Amino acid sequence: MKQVLSVLVQNQPGVLVRVASMFSRRGFNIDSLAVGVTQDPDYSRITAVVCGDQATVDQVIKQLDKIVEVVAIQNLSHTSSVTRGLALLKVRANERRTEVLKLAEVFRANVVDIQENSLTLEVNGDDEKINALAELLMPFGLLEMIRTGLIGLTRGDNTIYKCEEIDEND
Amino acid sequence: MKMSGAKAIVECLLEQGVDTVFGYPGGMILPLYDALHDTTALRHVLTVHEQGAAHAADGYARASGRVGVCIATSGPGATNLVTGLATAYMDSVPVVAITGQVPTDVIGQDAFQEIDIVGMTMAVTKHNFQVKDVNKLPEVIRYAFRIARSGRPGPVLVDVPRNVQTAKIDFYNLSPQCEGEWHLGAGSINLIDEAVKAIKEAEQPAIIIGGGVINAEAHNEIKSLAEHLHMPVVSTLMGLGGFPGSHPLFLGMTGLHGHKAANNVIHNADTILAIGCRFSDRVTGDREQYGAQKTVIHIDVDPAEIDKNVMAHIGIAGDLKKILIMLNERAAAKDFTNWWEVIRAWQTDLEIEVDESRLNAPLVMQNIVEQTKGIDTIFVTDVGQHQMWAAQYLKIEKPRTWLTSGGLGTMGFGLPAAMGAQFAMPDKKVIHFAGDGGMKMTGNELYTIAANCLPIISIIINNQGLGMIRQLQHAFYNKRYTACILPSKVDFTMYAKSFGIHGVNVDTLAEFKTAFRRALQSKQPEVIVVNIASENLVTPMMLPGASLDDYVDL
Ligand SMILES: Cc1ncc(C[n+]2csc(CCOP(=O)(O)OP(=O)(O)O)c2C)c(N)n1
Repeated sequence: MKQVLSVLVQNQPGVLVRVASMFSRRGFNIDSLAVGVTQDPDYSRITAVVCGDQATVDQVIKQLDKIVEVVAIQNLSHTSSVTRGLALLKVRANERRTEVLKLAEVFRANVVDIQENSLTLEVNGDDEKINALAELLMPFGLLEMIRTGLIGLTRGDNTIYKCEEIDEND
Repeated sequence: MKMSGAKAIVECLLEQGVDTVFGYPGGMILPLYDALHDTTALRHVLTVHEQGAAHAADGYARASGRVGVCIATSGPGATNLVTGLATAYMDSVPVVAITGQVPTDVIGQDAFQEIDIVGMTMAVTKHNFQVKDVNKLPEVIRYAFRIARSGRPGPVLVDVPRNVQTAKIDFYNLSPQCEGEWHLGAGSINLIDEAVKAIKEAEQPAIIIGGGVINAEAHNEIKSLAEHLHMPVVSTLMGLGGFPGSHPLFLGMTGLHGHKAANNVIHNADTILAIGCRFSDRVTGDREQYGAQKTVIHIDVDPAEIDKNVMAHIGIAGDLKKILIMLNERAAAKDFTNWWEVIRAWQTDLEIEVDESRLNAPLVMQNIVEQTKGIDTIFVTDVGQHQMWAAQYLKIEKPRTWLTSGGLGTMGFGLPAAMGAQFAMPDKKVIHFAGDGGMKMTGNELYTIAANCLPIISIIINNQGLGMIRQLQHAFYNKRYTACILPSKVDFTMYAKSFGIHGVNVDTLAEFKTAFRRALQSKQPEVIVVNIASENLVTPMMLPGASLDDYVDL
């Protein structure tokens, strides 16, 4: 089972290492880890896709909570949320170029580079969508693929800052 | 007031009430040492080795409940602290380590004695910092102390580049901030009520206490609870002293080398109330079986400990004292006479008979219990067989009087930790135990003990070998003894004498009694070498990873 955790952290040097090394030290499996600054430059947000049963994910959350720079944690899998990742896919495309472009259209992927023998697509979406496109492109010759970790937000006006308030009252 | 960063560190230490620091100088920490020169209110203890400084700070903290402080230079000085920090981390001991670092403009260039100590100690500290801006230095030092002390305590390292120590800042004193008080929330109160219900339904309950009880200073609350409910109490290695060792409700230590009666009680209990313990594998054996067919109520300050090792039916995270007080108010006493009959029978049937034909460690421990009655003692051990014998046979009556490396099991911990304990508690009699292996690891701290004239009694259980290793090879490797025999090439009494410390060899119980009686009177450091047979084994011994009633046939 995969769950998406969103973690608000103080933007201190080494905070990503601290979070990442906790995952590896305690043997937690993560699918992806994405980090970036928030609207407030003093804070960053880390999105981690964690694999494991519910007990494991609960333990991950508790261990994250012990890291001094961690301010709040939200489990996006437990609320209605949008998650997105970005992928770049370089495909061999000579005589079957139009087929590739058709597929790109269906997936609303953008062509970001086009050469005689290859073209590169940019696609965003959740994991499943990106995986589906990659699979369909495989027979054409998928030369390279690179993807960012997933990022996500809850739907509606609920924010991670509300989790923070609850935390403090506890 | 304008002052250097180094002076500001000293001011911050004084603010925190620090009276003693343990350390070892070097180039990158010299500005701090220079600032210490004028500070009479702060005693600096120069140890023999930085590992000694870290263990001493740890021993100081364990014995007193205050934060222990150690100082080292960059590079090798800092790396020498690592084992000590890891030891404190595994046993949740509040320590602040301050390390020197190369100047900020050369960090990352493999400068002389540069090491990334922050990266290196991330896994063995509760938190760590490198301070690059002198203006942040005071707040970081203060924060380090707060982190070390609060919640589940632990070591914190602050790495200070040399140019940050020499840079000038405007310093203003600030008295230490009080921790925001933890309040029982509605959720916790509900859980306490569930626990009350579970105890009410229990026929065969038991309390198991761990080191968290000592950290939370919740010993009185546990005692009231156990007496009120008339429940049997067992302790982990780390919890010893959290409940009076000679109390009739106390059954001894549980775990790998625990008392059989104590293990039986846990194994057969239908409800266990685990307080401030983390269900280490040395305590549980097989974790699946451990919690099976019983209701587990787990109370700990660290929410991450609940459901980490053993799944709890009722898990309550928070301040142990507050939780226990409410639990005690709400839980009703119940008659457990039948259960107690079973337990008392185990106690008589399973008592270990101590062989009196020859001098051995259990006899020594029993005699120490007798001779130290009425004396305020602190027992400090190293790691190995002697540690287990001490845990089994000494009756630890009060918290913070049993100091041992439980989580990491660090050989070499004992002597420097004893030193730290004596500095923290000058009026208590500190009694240290070591094996002849561990004593060789950090025994040179006898030099520091001699230099400071600390009246510590060091008892070396000399079995001419790495006894615990020998025992494991005896039990699990077909008696193929490898790398565990230590030829008698050192006379520890002469070793002690080289530091000007009086030492004596004893070969019989009578000799031990006399030597120990004499040592107790002494105001000087004393060493007693107890020569025992190398074949002695610690019994009982659970099969590691098996259930609590599965013992090795030794
Ligand atoms: C630093 C360190 N290295 C190795 C070990 C593994 N170890 C555990 S007990 C032990 C033997 C200890 O021998 P000794 O100090 O003579 O004590 P005894 O068991 O004989 O009482 C060893 C080597 C350890 N715990 N710590």
